[in-house]
Amino acid sequence: MTHTTAPPAPRVPREGWTVPAGARRRRRDYRALRVRTAAALVVALALAVLAVPLLFPLDQQAVDLANKLQPPSAAHPFGTDDVGRDVLLRCVYGLRVSLLVGLVAALVASVLGVCVGALAAAVGGTTDRLVMRVVDAISSVPHLLLGVFIVAMFRPGVWPVIVSVGLTHWVSTARIVRAEIHSLRSRPFIDAAVSGGASRWRVAVRHLVPGVWPQAALAAVLMVPHAIWHESALSFLGLGIPPHQASLGTMTEAARGSLLAGDWWPTLFPGLFIVIPTLAIAGLAGAWRERINPRRRSELML
Amino acid sequence: MLELRAITAGYDRRAPVLREVDLTVADGESVGLLGPSGCGKSTLARVAALLHRPDAGQVRLAGEPVTGFRHRAPRAQRTAVGVVFQQPRLSADPRLTLRDLVAEPLRATGRAAHVPERTADLARTVGLGDDLLTRRPHEVSDGQLQRACLARALVLRPRLLICDEMTAMLDASTTAALVGVVEAYRADSGAALLAVGHDRVLLERWCDRVTEFAASGTASEAAVA
Repeated sequence: MTHTTAPPAPRVPREGWTVPAGARRRRRDYRALRVRTAAALVVALALAVLAVPLLFPLDQQAVDLANKLQPPSAAHPFGTDDVGRDVLLRCVYGLRVSLLVGLVAALVASVLGVCVGALAAAVGGTTDRLVMRVVDAISSVPHLLLGVFIVAMFRPGVWPVIVSVGLTHWVSTARIVRAEIHSLRSRPFIDAAVSGGASRWRVAVRHLVPGVWPQAALAAVLMVPHAIWHESALSFLGLGIPPHQASLGTMTEAARGSLLAGDWWPTLFPGLFIVIPTLAIAGLAGAWRERINPRRRSELML
Repeated sequence: MLELRAITAGYDRRAPVLREVDLTVADGESVGLLGPSGCGKSTLARVAALLHRPDAGQVRLAGEPVTGFRHRAPRAQRTAVGVVFQQPRLSADPRLTLRDLVAEPLRATGRAAHVPERTADLARTVGLGDDLLTRRPHEVSDGQLQRACLARALVLRPRLLICDEMTAMLDASTTAALVGVVEAYRADSGAALLAVGHDRVLLERWCDRVTEFAASGTASEAAVA
């Protein structure tokens, strides 16, 4: 034990390296608060979306012109719109459509992206390069423009919107999956699998795709807000959900006229219903990302 | 068993790590490959295991010429060689339990029926308890994981075993245990061995013949123990 007699190393102040304990605790508290708030919001909104339609059925076509454009009150907490419909109830119904589109479209896009990315990376070589150039070409067209083209080919409804989101949003997942698989492919455990007689398919299914599963799932969750925005944008443009049906996008669009007259509630509340759920989902996904890769703490990419 | 003729290999065609290297391992023979870091002995081991395609040269395995590498090699040829890598952490799929890790080559080659019997058998041979077999790689030590990796290399009863610095990260007693397992398997099956390493003392005691690599990437016979 000779090294114990050596003089103690001089204390070097390492500013920028170490964070004071107080600041670290504050950051952790802030993170916990953020995750709890986001989780509570997501649960509350999910419950609302599932329970409200059972308790309060909505007649999509009903009009009550006597009560049009009433400001928020006890009877109508979010006020009424320009044909006298309750904004709160329509917001919940609109969020229902948005969440449905968001979840299903994110699932479709993720499955497509994982398949294409895994295929490109697992086969490699010329196929990989060709597929990724196709991906580049698709992602060089603005998402919304491509989405408008796809929606325009069908009659308005929920499913064309889902197809449109799915076909425009898979490229980012494909890129993530391909990059992750490329980094996995050179690991010795893949060599060991090859040496153990595994076929290409088995290596991909048993070792490569499960290895990128956390990243792909995270990308899928982060895609839900994107899909919700995409749906709202298409509906706002009058291309997504049919106008009489409650959707956050169509509601905002219909209320544009009354905003100029000073009636702020028919635009504000649907807008909040777009922003708050998407931020809550993104907050949860951000916490998940920190668990997967603690080094990438700062950015919360949306 | 294994014949490497005028192998030129590397990761950049303009600057190959190995130039015109010859190496022969006879049936049942154990050959040690010794050399400094970066001299290309691991690359040669990967070529011998059909995991890396050389830029030039011929590889013969059990008398038959090798025409493809990695997935292009026929399965029978690939599985005739068992490989143990230097870093057990990197050479074990982090999602599989040790039991699945050892059984994976059997399942991959459609011999799932032999899994319980072979796994139990090999776990006893390499000294892994039932408790350890249910754990995942991050829950066991390097030595225990390397035991599992050795079991995986032996599970298909290879006729040639390649140990690429198998014991570089292990303590002396684990090293002795693993070398003992390899030697017991070889005595039992008559398999050949290609052991790569830095440790001259170990390789000279372990192998029939030791080949020394110079830094330039050309092999020369050194000693016969």
